[in-house]
Amino acid sequence: MEPKHSLSPLIKLSTGIEGFDLIAEGGLPMGRTTLVAGTAGSAKTVFAAQFLAEGIRRKQQAGVFVTFEEPPADIRRNLLSMSWDIEQWEKDGLWAFVDASPLPGLEQIEAGDFDLGALLARIEHAIHQVSAKRVAIDSLGAVFSQFTHSYLVREEMRRLGAALRNLGITAVMTAERTQEFGEIARFGVEEFVADNVVILRNVLEDEKRRRTVEILKFRGTTHQKGEYPFTVLPDSGIVVIPVSAIELKQRSSDRRVSSGNPELDRMTGGGFFQDSLILVSGATGCGKTLMTAEFIAASITQGERCLLFAYEESREQLFRNARGWGYDFNKYEQEGLLQVICAYPETAGLEDHLIKIKSHIDSFKPRRVAVDSVSALERVATSRGFREFIISLASFVKQREIPGMFTATTANLMGGPSITESHFSSITDTIILLRYVEMLGEMRRGITVLKMRGSMHEKEIREFTIDGQGMHINAPFRNIIGILSGRPEFITPGEMERMGRLFND
Amino acid sequence: MAEKETYQLKLYITGHTHRSAQAISNLQRICDQELVDYELLVIDVLEHPGLAEDEKILATPTLIRELPPPLRRIIGDLSNTEKVLLGLDLKPIRSK
Repeated sequence: MEPKHSLSPLIKLSTGIEGFDLIAEGGLPMGRTTLVAGTAGSAKTVFAAQFLAEGIRRKQQAGVFVTFEEPPADIRRNLLSMSWDIEQWEKDGLWAFVDASPLPGLEQIEAGDFDLGALLARIEHAIHQVSAKRVAIDSLGAVFSQFTHSYLVREEMRRLGAALRNLGITAVMTAERTQEFGEIARFGVEEFVADNVVILRNVLEDEKRRRTVEILKFRGTTHQKGEYPFTVLPDSGIVVIPVSAIELKQRSSDRRVSSGNPELDRMTGGGFFQDSLILVSGATGCGKTLMTAEFIAASITQGERCLLFAYEESREQLFRNARGWGYDFNKYEQEGLLQVICAYPETAGLEDHLIKIKSHIDSFKPRRVAVDSVSALERVATSRGFREFIISLASFVKQREIPGMFTATTANLMGGPSITESHFSSITDTIILLRYVEMLGEMRRGITVLKMRGSMHEKEIREFTIDGQGMHINAPFRNIIGILSGRPEFITPGEMERMGRLFND
Repeated sequence: MAEKETYQLKLYITGHTHRSAQAISNLQRICDQELVDYELLVIDVLEHPGLAEDEKILATPTLIRELPPPLRRIIGDLSNTEKVLLGLDLKPIRSK
């Protein structure tokens, strides 16, 4: 139990690392040292450097980088790719290195007792020189490997921690882990910097790398629990995706927008809600892209901007198909009402796709968004990663209070759910199913509104056809059952009547 | 037989501690016994942190042999004479 005292609560220092401050509920505990532990390649050095870089970029807060591993020249060069001009910052007196990297080819003989007084003096000197508020130390494991007595290094690092605290410095110390789960770090470093621990993971899951960050503890203050996915982007460094930390404070709207198809508007009781998410699920070639095109066209007719992310077809293919249905995407784009982003799912990780989608939405500010299809993105992700992606994307679109149409391709031609559906169905407001129906040796198409939150809607499965004018929704299928399960069966009118009677009285 | 070459030595210490004093007296003794011609410079890193930065000193005491080449580094209070001699490329006289 924590003893009760009248001390003011810990203040947090906003790191400026996107998304991290959200899960850290403000940032790192100010005036304290936080241990950032991770396996090789878990982006510890980037985290440490970014902690300083964001302090400089956002608040002109100077920082000191103590490197035990890579020489400063390497760090300057590596981080230039993040567009952090460390050399310039050094000239401006905002960044100082303390170079404690091993000297190549220099053999060091230990002849008696020693301490790391010189290191401490150098760090303090650098802090005073630039009036630093932030210090990054990378990495503890490398200090230990430079000296034979680990107890001595531990003692000295504890002394360093105390010195930093006295100076009111907020610091990040990185440490190596040998495995993703298990002890916090090697050399028992958690003994002396155990107050605040952040873990970076880089787990191989289903043959795909998945990066996550977890705040293990912040002594005396709060934070979000659990693992959050993150990515490292060339121009912005670490970006954390705060999936469940995102506040779902969406207002619901009564305003309806047209689906672009008058008959579908009728089926949904007057169109989609202004701030709703619509999932369109169906087998390949079933009409999902067409439905997306109609959704887009409805927006453009109103003179409202629309953004389409296409992951299944090339731009040429998509535009040609749209022309075939009577929609001129080229013209819409020239008018500035449409922006089509075509990408192959495999070109980037899911986190990168998400960040690109978000930044396109933020810069184009569309009144509608469509993604065709989200299930194509499933190929580049683990099941869990995909779920987080879907939730994060959905909540992002919802917060903008614009309708979003997402398509999902089902694996089976005839009915059956997709993984996307199972991830998506609970957070979507409207689900529309498009299904192939085999009837008397002929493939026909069926459409139904499976769910529509907050509105009456038709429950029937209607037949639809596609031609040069788009989608035509016709009468409901009669005398046929089992369409959604993919096993349509005809039943005689007599049987229908008998079944209907079952529900009377 | 003592070394006749000129030795240039630098000893980095942190403040006037017992350990610093220990290192200075140990080094003085070894130099007097083993070397004919030497220059010894003692640097306190608390007074000259910039020098420690330039020389990339982490541990104190650190003894650097600048001349004759190659550069040598020995850390510790120099109480282990054998290690110091080894570090300076000197053979202890009594073992000869």
